[in-house]
Amino acid sequence: MIGSLAQPLLFLLALGYGFGSVFQKAGEGNYLNFLAPGIIGMSIIFTAIFSGMEIIWDRQFGFLKETLVAPMSRLHIMIGRTLGGATVATMQGVIVMFISLIFGFHPVSWLAIIPAVGIMFLVALLFTALGTMIASLLDDMQGFQLIMNFLVMPLFFLSGALFPLKDLPSALAIIARLDPLSYGIDALRALFINGGHYGLGIDFLVLGSVTLLFLWLGSYFFKKIQI
Amino acid sequence: MKNIIEVKNLTKKFDDFVAVDDISFSIPEGEIFAFLGPNGAGKSTTIKILTTLLRPTTGTVTLNGHDPVHHPDETRRSFGIVFQDPSLDDDLTAWENMEIHGVLYDVPANIRKQRSEELLKFVDLWDRKDNLVKEFSGGMKRRLEIARGLLHHPKIIFLDEPTLGLDPQTRNNMWEYLRALNKSEGTTIFFTTHYMEEADRIAQRIAVIDHGKIVAVGTSAELKKKTKTNSLEDAFLSLTGKTIREETSNVADRMRMRHRVWHR
Repeated sequence: MIGSLAQPLLFLLALGYGFGSVFQKAGEGNYLNFLAPGIIGMSIIFTAIFSGMEIIWDRQFGFLKETLVAPMSRLHIMIGRTLGGATVATMQGVIVMFISLIFGFHPVSWLAIIPAVGIMFLVALLFTALGTMIASLLDDMQGFQLIMNFLVMPLFFLSGALFPLKDLPSALAIIARLDPLSYGIDALRALFINGGHYGLGIDFLVLGSVTLLFLWLGSYFFKKIQI
Repeated sequence: MKNIIEVKNLTKKFDDFVAVDDISFSIPEGEIFAFLGPNGAGKSTTIKILTTLLRPTTGTVTLNGHDPVHHPDETRRSFGIVFQDPSLDDDLTAWENMEIHGVLYDVPANIRKQRSEELLKFVDLWDRKDNLVKEFSGGMKRRLEIARGLLHHPKIIFLDEPTLGLDPQTRNNMWEYLRALNKSEGTTIFFTTHYMEEADRIAQRIAVIDHGKIVAVGTSAELKKKTKTNSLEDAFLSLTGKTIREETSNVADRMRMRHRVWHR
């Protein structure tokens, strides 16, 4: 757990303090406040996708095989695994949130934390389901590297986690709009620092529907796993 | 004697490759039966079909009166399985692994506890019940999987290459447990192996499988007589020929090799 906190922490401190004065000068306010929701999103997406992907390994060498042969519905197995993975990812997000508080992150209202954790869980669920779906389709750990570099990294970097979504060149703006993580981070920003871009309602709608879609797809492909 | 496993004209194709080619056999209840064959013969594929993990391309399978394709859950309650690769949860203790299995198979709590204790004592793991499985050796893990596979008192226990990678003492121990079980409870034992002497010593009947086909079925003595040889190994070579099998490394093999680098 501690190891996986190192990267978000590094990003937070290096970028937060590094770009702090530039951001302030550009009239956007406190970069650390802006960045923290992005870093929370980062820890969630990475943890969530990874736990979904563990299926690739688990199904040959792990406990998953035992569950596949047990008289239990595949749907229940998939839901259990996804909820479990999402819970772990959410907790990572919460820990990163507390660490950012220590380093100077200042939410507008403390009450915002409760709905924020809800959003974190939704995002975690979305990406754990996505990870489960991808892992159900892959056979080999080689695909894992590909997915990390060509899917997860772009999803993170182009989601507005690190930069504001206002006044983006149109290509980037379009990509950000297509990225579910953008809406998650945007919702966190709206709740924590009153600094949303798409609007909380839209964020919630998009997150909710994409999560349902991925859950459905995830369970569809999970049912088809053959060892 | 009732046949607890019936397989008729079973075929399994993976795209163009025919892994299992029109095999038929039946196993009476309480028998110790072995599938003997070289790598790539179709042993693991057959076991996977019998244990609901794969669907047949054509043919019928009946396990304890159930159809694994259409009634997987009832079929699953009838058997326990010990896979070639461990399927335990390494981050839990031996006891906890037993508990989860009991919950998955709907074994009521009090029966679960009583049987877990009996079975762990049976495989000599009772004093390690609160140790994490990741600390166990390969042999201990195998013994735990046997104990776990029997928790729901299945009528059949499947073992896929169960002694691969184990030292002789552990191998001997393992078969002693299983034979005692077969004698006292009448549990049918179906195992696959490519170790001749294991099949010879342990199995009551053997099916020799090669290139997806069953080449011969019978007791060790019958097979030797049929091929006019003196040892099961010679009988086997006579039935399957001496050419080395063309094998391709599949995904599982590669992962297994990687697994060995990082774990025991």
